[in-house]
Formats: sequence, structure tokens, C-alpha cells
Amino acid sequence: MAYNLTVSPDFAPDHISGWYFFNTWLQRQLDVGVHLELYDCFEKQRSDIRDNKIDMIYANPYDASMLVRELGFKAIARPQERPDETVIAVSAESTISSVEELQAGITVATTDDPDVHTMGMIMLEPADLDGSNVTTKEVDTYVIVAKNLLNGNADVGFFLKDAYDELSDLIKGQMKVLVSSQISVVHHSLLVGPTMQEFIPRLEERLFSMHEDEKGKGVLQSMNLEEWEPMTEEETEFMIDLIDTLVIE
Amino acid sequence: MSDQDTGESREVTISYHDGTSRAATVVDREVPYPDGKLIVSRTDPNGIITHANQAFIDMSGYTRDELIGVNHYILRHPDMPSVAFAGLWETIEAGKKWHGYVKNLRKDGSYYWVKATVIPNIRNGKLVGYTSVRRKPSRSKIKASEELYATLM
Repeated sequence: MAYNLTVSPDFAPDHISGWYFFNTWLQRQLDVGVHLELYDCFEKQRSDIRDNKIDMIYANPYDASMLVRELGFKAIARPQERPDETVIAVSAESTISSVEELQAGITVATTDDPDVHTMGMIMLEPADLDGSNVTTKEVDTYVIVAKNLLNGNADVGFFLKDAYDELSDLIKGQMKVLVSSQISVVHHSLLVGPTMQEFIPRLEERLFSMHEDEKGKGVLQSMNLEEWEPMTEEETEFMIDLIDTLVIE
Repeated sequence: MSDQDTGESREVTISYHDGTSRAATVVDREVPYPDGKLIVSRTDPNGIITHANQAFIDMSGYTRDELIGVNHYILRHPDMPSVAFAGLWETIEAGKKWHGYVKNLRKDGSYYWVKATVIPNIRNGKLVGYTSVRRKPSRSKIKASEELYATLM
């Protein structure tokens, strides 16, 4: 029987091959077939998760609530020192220098990345901005968010901080950051579904020592990760509770 | 900084719902909420602090050791009407999420405004505590809250 692994659609496209290397590594460690299914949007992925087509997932923190509390997934690992932080940026030519200067009626370029979008909207609140008085322009990638700022088609852009940092210096030089979140405790995590619970002990043993051997280290580097660290049940619940407080209703 | 700030200090006695009280110095000086940060704390079901993140420590002016094990009402500012907290407890004890604007008292007597959200923490169907997350409010919401709370004192 082959199991299905998937990755949150917000992973950086540059590291797509890394996830295929990880999938191969995983199959060798567990001695079972694992198929890597990648999605280009959250909606289709969530639909397949709800249809029980996914057995393991590297998930966006926003989806952890559904996976853990509704579908019985268990978070076992998170990447070391890789919290999900959000950046709000404007064109370098913009006269705006702080969030509070932004006015109702602005256009926000964003992606379908749920935690970045939520945090971005929260960081606009000090300017009395919300879904009712901004226009949201949802695009596919952070590069397109940047392009919208540079060509004047959006006033502000929301970025995953890691993605912002990976933009070219040429692009970054034409933008300025208004605010960057410093939350620290919201991050992606590797979750195992009910169908694969029997593999958790071996999986934990191999994942947490993965950075210690050359092959494992190479796979991690190709995914742009340093190493995996354990995630306890209470840490997972805490993160889900925290995200629950941020959901804009 | 609020338009109402005078920088003056006064000695007050703050009374809590459990019958206890403490003397505190209150200074009319606002400390601005830091951009991009969330203040996060957790309490047990009785409101005793069990977790405080660094932003909470920095903004409250207390050390982690001073915060853990004490009631969350240590942050209560005398300008906050008790009816606001009664509403908070009524909501979260019913298992619901509470949102509100809160003026908090720092250890040094100055204050900071937050937009707070509190949710019950349910584990295996049982209430084990509450998580409170605070974020930066807008000036207009602070002004409206100052005016509203003044009428409720």
C-alpha cells in the first residue's frame, strides 16, 4: 500500500526538487511506498485532505487546526528556527512610511497563503483598515505581489518573510518594508494522519537525527531546512489556540 | 501617545473582584504598542498566569518570574471599568471567544492599549485554561474606548 504525502502549496518553488528528495528519503526510512502529491492551491488540497486522500502533510499553520482537531492528524516535527513571519511592503517610491499613514481604499496584493494574509490584515488594523475598506488582489506568487507594487497596481503587498528575503536584490531595492511581524511561535509543521500513526516512532527517530548524516543533511538543504525538531501535542494545541485568536470573523 | 496624557502620577488602590486590593502608582503616560508583535499569555481556569511571551514581559515591565503564578488582573488599569471584565469572563466561561480594547497598567505605572482576544483552551473536552493574544489597536478605537469606558466607571 502506498501512502500520500503532500506539502503546503506555499512552499518556495525553488525547493520543489527538495521535497521529491525528501519523499525518496522517507520511503527508504519507513520501507513503504509514499507518493508525493503537490498542489498549486490550498482549496484543492483541503478538499483532498477532507476526502482522506492524504496520510502525511507538511502543513501551513493555518490548516493545523482542521488537521489536528477535526481529522485526527498528529504534529510530530517542525523545522528548526523557521517561524512564519509576515512582511508588509510598499514601493520604495511610495510616500508612505508607516502602516498608520495608509488610507481606506488602498489595494493590497496578497497570495492565498492563509497565515500570511491573516497576519497582514491584522497588521493593517492600526490604520483602521479591514476587509470592508481595502481592495484585495490575490495573485499566485510573492514575485507577482512584488511586481504589483513596482508597477503601481497595488499600494501594499503581503509577503511571507522568508519569501521576501529570497527575492532578488534588484526587486527588494525597489521596495521598502513598513512592518515585519515578530511572532516566533507560528510555523509550518509535519503532521501524520491516522493511517500512518504506526510509523510515528520510527519517523521521529529518523527525522530528528536526519541532519547528522550526509545524505539526510543534503536532503534538508535542498528543502532549505536546517533540521527537524520535535513538536509536542501541547505545543501544537498552543499554536492552534493562538491562530484561533487571530482568525478574523 | 494619547492627547489626554499629562505625565502626572497618582497613588491609587485597585480593588479586584476576588475581594483583594493593592496600592499602585499610576502615571498618565502611554507606552506605544510595538509594531508587528503579539503579546501572548496563558492562564489556568482561575486566571493565574502560566505562560508569558517576551513581548508580554517587555510591555508589562515585569520579569517572567514576577508574572508566572500571579493573577492576570495584575495588569488591570484603574481606568478600566469592571463591567468590561465581567463581560470578558461571562463570554469565555460560556466557551466563546472574547474581543475587546483594554488599557493595561505597567509595573512602572504607565499604560499601553491593546486589542485583546481571549479564548478558552479545551483539551479532551475539558477546560484547562485561557489563551490571551493582544495586538496593536488603531488610535480611533483607543479614543472610542476611552470615551466609552469613562461613561462606565
